[in-house]
Amino acid sequence: MENPNDRLYSKEHEWAKIDGNKVVIGISDHAQDALGDIVYVEMPKIGAELSQMKEFGVVESVKTVSTLYSPLSGKVIELNDGLSSSPQSINEDPYGKGWIITIELSNPSEKGSLLSSDAYEAFLKESK
Amino acid sequence: MSALKKTPLYNEHIKLGAKIVPFAGWEMPVSYPPGIIQEHLSVRNSCGMFDVSHMGIIDINSKSEIRNPNNEALDFILRIATNNASLLAINEGQYSVVCNEHGGTVDDIFVFRLEDRYRLVVNASNTEKVLEWFTRYSKDFENLTITNRTDIGILSVQGPKTKDILGVPVMPPRNHCSTWGDLFYSHTGYTGEDGFEFFIDSDALPNVFETLLGLGIPPCGLGARDTLRLEAGLPLYGHEYDDNTSILEVGYPWAVKFDHDFIGRTALEKQKEAGVGQKLVGLKFSDKAIPRQGTEVFADEKKIGVVTSGTFSPTLKIPIALALIAPDFSRQGLNVSAKIRDKLYPAVVNARKMV
Repeated sequence: MENPNDRLYSKEHEWAKIDGNKVVIGISDHAQDALGDIVYVEMPKIGAELSQMKEFGVVESVKTVSTLYSPLSGKVIELNDGLSSSPQSINEDPYGKGWIITIELSNPSEKGSLLSSDAYEAFLKESK
Repeated sequence: MSALKKTPLYNEHIKLGAKIVPFAGWEMPVSYPPGIIQEHLSVRNSCGMFDVSHMGIIDINSKSEIRNPNNEALDFILRIATNNASLLAINEGQYSVVCNEHGGTVDDIFVFRLEDRYRLVVNASNTEKVLEWFTRYSKDFENLTITNRTDIGILSVQGPKTKDILGVPVMPPRNHCSTWGDLFYSHTGYTGEDGFEFFIDSDALPNVFETLLGLGIPPCGLGARDTLRLEAGLPLYGHEYDDNTSILEVGYPWAVKFDHDFIGRTALEKQKEAGVGQKLVGLKFSDKAIPRQGTEVFADEKKIGVVTSGTFSPTLKIPIALALIAPDFSRQGLNVSAKIRDKLYPAVVNARKMV
C-alpha cells in the first residue's frame, strides 16, 4: 500500500493529516501490517492534552500490544468511535476509516520533526 | 548467537507471503496473509495445517537382543517421565512430563510406542535441554540408543473436516498412530479439534505440503496455533509450564502414575499430599483489554495469581487467559480481576477449556 503524501509520518509509525489547526492521527500501513489482526484500541479522553511523542493510547492485536505516540501536541477533540466495534478498520483502511483521533494543534512548529511520505518510506527501507 | 534454523518448508512459507518470526531458535511463520483470526476460524470450522517441523522428535530404542527389544528403552522412559509408558499398546501414545528432582517441569512431551522403538515428541524450545537431560540420566542404560530425528518434519492438519478432506482411510483412535502407505501419522492435536500429525522425511515434506494446499487446506501459523490451544486450555511450555511449575499445578494428575520410580516422584508425592500451591484455571473477560503473560490477578484487593497466557479469542470474541492462581480461588464462576496497564478489569474463573 502507498503511504499517501497528503500527511506527515513519525518514526513511531503514526501519521498526522493536518488541516488548518485540526490534525487527524492514525497508524501507518507498515504498523498495522506488523501488528496483525487488531482487536482493541485504548483511546484517550476527549479534552485530553497530548504532548508530542508522548503516549496517548494502545493498540492491541491478537499477538501483541503496541503503544500509540502522538506525532504532535494538542487537545483531543474527536475519537473514532467506529473502532470500538470494528477495530479491524485499522487493518483494512489505515489511512481512511481506520483513523484514531483528531486533535487541535497547539504547537505547529513541531511539524518540522515529522517525515514526508517519501522520507518515511526511506526510513522504513533503512530500518529493515 | 547461532543462526536460526529453517524447516524444510521455509521456502514454501515465503512463497505464500508468511510473516516469519524467530521462535525457539527457528524461523517460523507466525501468520499468512489471511491473518491469525481467519486462520484460527478455518481450523475451528473446517481444516487448516501447521508446519510444526521445529518440534523435536526423539526415538529411543534398545540394542539388546537378549531381552525384549523394547525393554531398556521402556525402563529409561519410565525413569524420566511421569506417565506409565508400560501401559502403551503398539501404536498408542500418551501425554507425559519430564519432571526434575524438585517436581518442576523439564518438558511436557508425547510418548508413542511403535513396533521397534519409542518415539517422543518434545517442544522445539526444549529439544536441546531434553537431549542433555536424557544423556545425563541414560548412563546406567548400556544398550540404549537415543536419536534426535532431525531428518523428519511434522505437518499437523487440524479441524473437524480434516478426515473428509484428506480421505484418510484409517482414523486411529485419539492418541494413537497408524501408517498410510509409507506415511506415519498420529491422531493427537493441540487445537481442541480432531486432526493428524504426519511425520514426513524432510525431502518429501514440500511435496506433501503442496498436495495439501492443492486440496484447499489453508496454511496456518504459530499465531493461530497459540490462540487455538489457548481456547482449548492446553498448556505451553514457557507459559504454563517451567522448571519451577509442576504437572500437578498445571492440572494433569492423570498423567502422573506413582506406580513407577520416575525422577521427581518424591517431590510430586509431597505436593499431592500437601495440596498444590497454585492451580491453572481459565479466565474470561468482558472488557476488551487483553491480559498478557505476567498480568497479575486479584480477588478483591488481594493478589491471587498471575496470567500465564492471554489473548483475544477469535471464537468467543473476548479476551481469555490461562492463569496460575491460589487454589482457594479456582472455583468456576468466581469473580476476579486482572490488572492491565494499572487498571483492574473484571474476569470470571472458568474451566481451562474455554470453547
